[in-house]
Amino acid sequence: MPAGIEARVAELLQPYAGRPSELIQALHRVQGVLGHLPLEVQKAVARVLGVPPSQVHEVVTFYHFFRTQPVGKHVIRLCLGTACYVRGAGRVLDALREELGVDLGGTSADGLFTLEGVRCLGACGLAPVMMVDEEVYGRLTPGRARDILRGLRRG
Amino acid sequence: MITLEIDGRTVQARPGQTILEAARAAGIRIPTLCYLEGLSPRGSCRLCLVEVANWNGKLVPACATPAEEGMRVVTGSQRLKELRRMVLELLFAERNHICSICVSNGHCELQDLACELGMDAVRFPYRFPGLSLDASHEKFVYDPNRCVLCGRCVRACSEVEGAMTWGFAGRGVNTLVEPDLGGPWGESETCTGCGKCVQACPVGALAERGVATAEQEKRPQVLAEVTERRPRV
Ligand code: SF4
Ligand code: FES
Ligand code: FES
Repeated sequence: MPAGIEARVAELLQPYAGRPSELIQALHRVQGVLGHLPLEVQKAVARVLGVPPSQVHEVVTFYHFFRTQPVGKHVIRLCLGTACYVRGAGRVLDALREELGVDLGGTSADGLFTLEGVRCLGACGLAPVMMVDEEVYGRLTPGRARDILRGLRRG
Repeated sequence: MITLEIDGRTVQARPGQTILEAARAAGIRIPTLCYLEGLSPRGSCRLCLVEVANWNGKLVPACATPAEEGMRVVTGSQRLKELRRMVLELLFAERNHICSICVSNGHCELQDLACELGMDAVRFPYRFPGLSLDASHEKFVYDPNRCVLCGRCVRACSEVEGAMTWGFAGRGVNTLVEPDLGGPWGESETCTGCGKCVQACPVGALAERGVATAEQEKRPQVLAEVTERRPRV
């Protein structure tokens, strides 16, 4: 394992060192800073907290929130919850897929966007809804969704 | 002592004993799969379901439900037979259980249960998942296509061996038992090569290297033998 990663994880997890019950918190924190959780990072987390690697693997693979692959510059979370779905989230999804050339969970070839589906963002009144990073976009149409991405691409 | 009734017979149990333990002590058979003596109960396979007549016929897993005073347990009603059969069919449909080419053919708990419960056909479409086999370990082979996710290997590894190599990865129908961070078993940094998982596995998913079709016999009772000899804490 690259010594740098191990040291970085140890530094990030200083408050959790030797505390197995903080596993989820610890993974949350590391992913928040590093963006994703590749194997060497998971190994370092296991070592710092004192939990078996198998347990880290169980938690990382159980929760959709945790990622083992790097994400694009922007993360799109398209709501596929019931309200959004009946208001046309399916068609928005088709447009995003086509615009980005990736399926749910994928990252566009230019590394700019990762497309994720989520269940209810708690903004059903604005359905269909998506979040791009921390920004919420409501009352989407396929055309508007495309425009938003194009705007972000231009920077 | 607790007094309860199982299939009309009066049975005694020590406080803390499960319905299954009380039944076994009285010589009453209840089918099980994920339960293994020596390991903690997990209650996941649902083959040991029984009815408690004076709880409105409520279904409870016998392996994980403590015996209670005055309980009237039914272990073999028509409803239970049908439910257990369906559980088995679902297990068969989920992965690739092709007995004729399996190392455990003739020595398999899943196969034995199918015979015992009269499961001669599967009503559900087979999923045929096509999972990849792990033959990287020098002593053992793991074929997830035959795994029933009973978790006996996981518990044998953590509770008895203390190595904690095996864990459940993923969720739902995509769950897989995997070593460490999911790499090849042969490269595991925690596996001691003790083989307890192989002995605990009720089917042909975990097997010794080099055994051919129908040659894999197992001794799952070693887990109980080992734990009984341990000093109680
Ligand atoms: S490998 Fe065997 S013991 Fe482990 S969960 Fe699968 S069927 Fe059960
Ligand atoms: S269903 Fe989409 S925000 Fe609630
Ligand atoms: S043996 Fe009781 S639930 Fe599996």
